[in-house]
Amino acid sequence: MMTLSKENFEIKREPDVILYRNRAKELAAKIGMSLVGQTKLITAASELVRNMLRYAEGGTGTIEVVVRNNIKGIRLTFADKGPGIKDLKLAMQDGFSTGRSLGLGLPGAKRLSNEFDIKSEPGKGTTVTIIRWKNGL
Amino acid sequence: MDRIPILKMGEFLLVTIQVDLYDRLALTLESDLMNMVSRTEARGVLIDISAVSIVDSFMGRILGNIASMSKIMDAETVVVGMQPAVAITLVELGLTLSGVHTALDVEMGMELLRKKIGPTPTDEEDLYDDII
Repeated sequence: MMTLSKENFEIKREPDVILYRNRAKELAAKIGMSLVGQTKLITAASELVRNMLRYAEGGTGTIEVVVRNNIKGIRLTFADKGPGIKDLKLAMQDGFSTGRSLGLGLPGAKRLSNEFDIKSEPGKGTTVTIIRWKNGL
Repeated sequence: MDRIPILKMGEFLLVTIQVDLYDRLALTLESDLMNMVSRTEARGVLIDISAVSIVDSFMGRILGNIASMSKIMDAETVVVGMQPAVAITLVELGLTLSGVHTALDVEMGMELLRKKIGPTPTDEEDLYDDII
């Protein structure tokens, strides 16, 4: 996989999310992703950014245009230095939440992505990476 | 602070969301709407989301909350204008928007609201006049 472009965004406050979402959508449209694909991508991003703001007081959001086997995609990375997730398996289950949300954030974001990766270390922070390919359904 | 305007149209309240919402803004809309329902004794709330390009789990929860809070204040809620891509995404996200009435556009939403709350008192009087 090759990275064609990379942008970093500091996400500290709620309105920062909109700037990030808009840029991700813009780039997804630019590589020719369908409107449904774009919508799924930014909805997943919205869920993951919210987690960062709620549990870790913000973090860094990265947007990359990547290419693999001649197919372009958008890779989003969310990295925070928050408390981390104790039980990843539990956190990935529908309906599980330590906050007062519906518990759809992580599993929902995974369903909306073509590729999903999460790494978390208690006390150190969490990094989530998702990819949606241009031709991903 | 940013606010979403709420318009009063007879016994209905009309909200057209024309900006992308962040959580605080959605929460403000929720409480503004409930205050308006109480103050104006509105019987219905119509929320137009045709300009909204993203409904995530938080926004979905707020829409559900507005519907159930309105219900216990004797008002019906109809959400209209959802973009196809947003609907596809919502279902995949796992959100069903249960308890929220939906219609395709504002016109059909208004019709649905009227049907939900039944004839207004003035309509009834007219009917009565006709019988006499």
